[in-house]
Amino acid sequence: MNKRNLTLLLVVVAMLVLSALPIARAQDDVFRVAAVAPSATNDLAFSQSMFDALTLLKSEMGDGFDFVFQEGTFVVDDAAVALREWASSGEYDLIIAHGSQYGSIIEELAPEFPETSFAWGTDVNTFGLNNVFAYTAASDQGGFLNGAMAAYMSESGIIGVVGPIEVGDAKLYVDGFVAGAQAVNPDVQVLVNYIGSFSDVTLATEAANTFVSNGADILTGSAQMVTGAIAVAKDNGLLWFGTQASQADLAEGAGVMFQVYRWDVILKDMIEKIQGGTLGGEAYTITLANGGLQMVMGQAGN
Amino acid sequence: MIENILAPSVFATCLRLSTPYLFAGIGEMFGQRSGMLNLGVEGVMLMGAFFAHYVVLNTGSLLLGVIAALVVGLVMGVAIAFVNVTLKAEQGISGIGVYLFGLGMSELLFKTLVGTPRSVSGFPPLHIPVLSDIEFLGIGQIFFQHNLLVYVAFALVPISAYVLRRTPLGLMIRAVGQTPEAADAMGINVARVRYMTVIFGAMMAGLAGASLSIALLNVFQQNLTSGLGFIAIALVYFGRWRPVGVMSGALLFSFVNALQLQISAIGIDVPSEFAVMAPYVITIIALVFASKQTEKPTALTKPFDRGE
Amino acid sequence: MPSSNLRAFIDRLIDGLLPLLSLVAALAVASVLLIALNADVGQAYSALIEGAFGTQNAFAETLVKSIPVLFVAIGICVAFRANVINIGGEGQMIAGALAGTTATLALAGSPGWLIIIASLVAGFLAGALYGGLAGFLKAQFNVNEILSTIMLNQVAVQMMNFLLNGPLLDPSEQGLNHIPKTARIVAEAQLPRLVIGLPDGTALFDRTRLHYGLVIAILLAAAIYVLLWRTPIGYRIRAVGYNERASRYAGISVRRQMILSMFLAGGCAGLAGVVQVLGLQYRLQTDGSPGGFTANAGFNGIVAALFGGLNPIGAIPASILFGGLLVGAQNMQRDLGVPASLITAINGIVVVFVVSSQILIKWRGRRRLQQSTSRTEVAVENAVVAEQQV
Repeated sequence: MNKRNLTLLLVVVAMLVLSALPIARAQDDVFRVAAVAPSATNDLAFSQSMFDALTLLKSEMGDGFDFVFQEGTFVVDDAAVALREWASSGEYDLIIAHGSQYGSIIEELAPEFPETSFAWGTDVNTFGLNNVFAYTAASDQGGFLNGAMAAYMSESGIIGVVGPIEVGDAKLYVDGFVAGAQAVNPDVQVLVNYIGSFSDVTLATEAANTFVSNGADILTGSAQMVTGAIAVAKDNGLLWFGTQASQADLAEGAGVMFQVYRWDVILKDMIEKIQGGTLGGEAYTITLANGGLQMVMGQAGN
Repeated sequence: MIENILAPSVFATCLRLSTPYLFAGIGEMFGQRSGMLNLGVEGVMLMGAFFAHYVVLNTGSLLLGVIAALVVGLVMGVAIAFVNVTLKAEQGISGIGVYLFGLGMSELLFKTLVGTPRSVSGFPPLHIPVLSDIEFLGIGQIFFQHNLLVYVAFALVPISAYVLRRTPLGLMIRAVGQTPEAADAMGINVARVRYMTVIFGAMMAGLAGASLSIALLNVFQQNLTSGLGFIAIALVYFGRWRPVGVMSGALLFSFVNALQLQISAIGIDVPSEFAVMAPYVITIIALVFASKQTEKPTALTKPFDRGE
Repeated sequence: MPSSNLRAFIDRLIDGLLPLLSLVAALAVASVLLIALNADVGQAYSALIEGAFGTQNAFAETLVKSIPVLFVAIGICVAFRANVINIGGEGQMIAGALAGTTATLALAGSPGWLIIIASLVAGFLAGALYGGLAGFLKAQFNVNEILSTIMLNQVAVQMMNFLLNGPLLDPSEQGLNHIPKTARIVAEAQLPRLVIGLPDGTALFDRTRLHYGLVIAILLAAAIYVLLWRTPIGYRIRAVGYNERASRYAGISVRRQMILSMFLAGGCAGLAGVVQVLGLQYRLQTDGSPGGFTANAGFNGIVAALFGGLNPIGAIPASILFGGLLVGAQNMQRDLGVPASLITAINGIVVVFVVSSQILIKWRGRRRLQQSTSRTEVAVENAVVAEQQV
């Protein structure tokens, strides 16, 4: 081991010895939320849906509400660091792990901090802990509506679906969509392609192009890599159905209907419960009935 | 069934998908031929893609968009060349640094300047008169209904092959990549040649990014390229540092991708994971059966010192 | 001569500090970005340092982050010393994690030590075979390893997606709304948390996530160091990397060293994968991307290895520093609310600056070379030449 490496090691050790500052606990009337999400807050999809909900709550509740948001945390273990940091700071009334891949972290962490309330989704499992809320979206409901409407509007009888990987609420949406389409028109052909990635815009776009050349006149898809597919729909005069967040601005004249996640509906309930002393133990599902799922019309839907 | 799987649209998709690989790969090939490995292609592509998209979004001018991508490539190319040629940095690592910088910076700019994914009207498909109407084997649809950048990318192949093989410049580049000492003794300025190839490579990477954000996809969002630049580098090795070889690799890789998209689209049930991995596996297998001789530039990744 | 010893020491000290100085320079450049985003630069960097080294828990997280990076870096030292450019750490990690987790799950009910050892062996072997495959393709068919490892990374990810969503899927997760993950491994198979008792009765790293993977990694670093510099095997690997042609003349099988070095490099990365499961996550799960599981350790390990001078021991502080940068950057995002992408961009700037500073060390080294011939490369060259003459 040469001296250079030794020096590096010494510096690292010195940094450890540096300090161990006591943590100040802020106890006031402000309801503080911390949330971590896998992709960017402007992904027009899953992460944005939570960010929008928290922003809405902030605008409604004003000074009584504040939140911090760690985006782009696709590395599951990075989320573990953030969540633990927030939990041990004691500053937050509710800590949200927005991604089903974060479940095992919550399962691990929540028992260590029984005074802190956690929420995670999308899933229904609270691990039997009374400081964990679980939340999920019945995305098959909006999927069904989108599918039914699409089958009704399709002239060619061929509809293309671009999915990420065959799991979670993407699968739920796609399955609902297929069921809805077939309920309206049993002969409709719904072509589904899971492209194996949440991020490969190029592949998602070419999947959409492939549907177009196979005669599809309506496209839909789930997750953040569908933006190029939306452009394909627009450029080729097709119709687009979306989910998770409203993509109406991007889709312009091609957008028909969007299933939008309104997490604020259940967040409000959670906040009330927490303020009343109940820290968890409940699983929420946003549905069309409870207003957590909203169908938003695009320009082509009016 | 087979004619469904091998529909003309599959071949058209293949050519379209090849475009970014061609720009990035051929640019990278020039750099490597002169001994410079740029692992940061992906980062330059992302920056090129962002600026092209941003300029088109604000001006509506495709020409300005292309110029923006080229300028971004130029600027980053100068920086990369300075680090790798003048400072003789380890090329593999500096490339990873450039990649991370481009990945973060393009997303940061996108977030602060644009905010949310927006689409532009990019390069429209050009229907070449007469030729695009050929129905025989779908030739018109396959070859003659693409956007301008697709044609430019393929035109780059014979041009760069010619430059590399038949011009004094090409000779200089090859000499610098094979035996920099000898090239130096012949009076060739090794550093200058390497600056040129690295900058050209980066400009082509910028253009590759533009070919995505204002031609193929017409959108920009974080990590738009999603590993495409790394594949382009791999295709340079696949193509054994020859333009036609790079093109063959790009076509093979894109074809298998187009094929797996088509197979899913017409409802043949293959587990999607295996469909997605197919292009990678087939590229490796193709290499196993490809010729064993190699023309790898012997001075690749080796900085050149004129000695004391 | 004491004075020349002192001089040599100061020289080495400056060499050691240069990467740190370049780190500081990079952060200075990055301040421009922070200012552009209206962030308080001082606050930002104190959040960075605080988040990485400020508290026991922060430092523990830094170490936790550095463990997979270190495993991969150790392997990279072997491969790069043989002049084999292994970009396949990601895929090899995944292969190791898949095999290791499968072994762990299959052996549930056996004694804990047995499960752990068997899983580590399985993880090492799977990574080694996956890396060795690239080495074999290079040795036998002249398939460039940069190409094959990049491709094999993608294949491994899709294989993971398939297995975790099918055969290995957690039996309790058969519903529609599931994510790809295995069942949780039994408690006996989990690597214990690493708590260091201090003489004054207190304990270091109590109630943190630091686990015994760190010890395994450091032992492995020592072992690979011995292998590379104290055994004929290591000598042959380095000889091939230093001068392939001369080695061939000396009767060393270049092909065998290529395969062996990739085998070892893959094995180390495989251990990174399985240790991540046994020590930290307690199950293998994916979000469909490679980075979701590996946290890009397969790439970061390359940077750390080169930062540590391609020396497994040097890779230890390098990995810790790199881990600290990553963990601290996350804290910066949380404290200041700056976008995650800023952190990525700053990491890139740091890497470019640090690698650029190497030329200064080289210049200084060259100046010293005339005085001293103790440099490894020279020794290897002499040895090769000597063997040639035999």
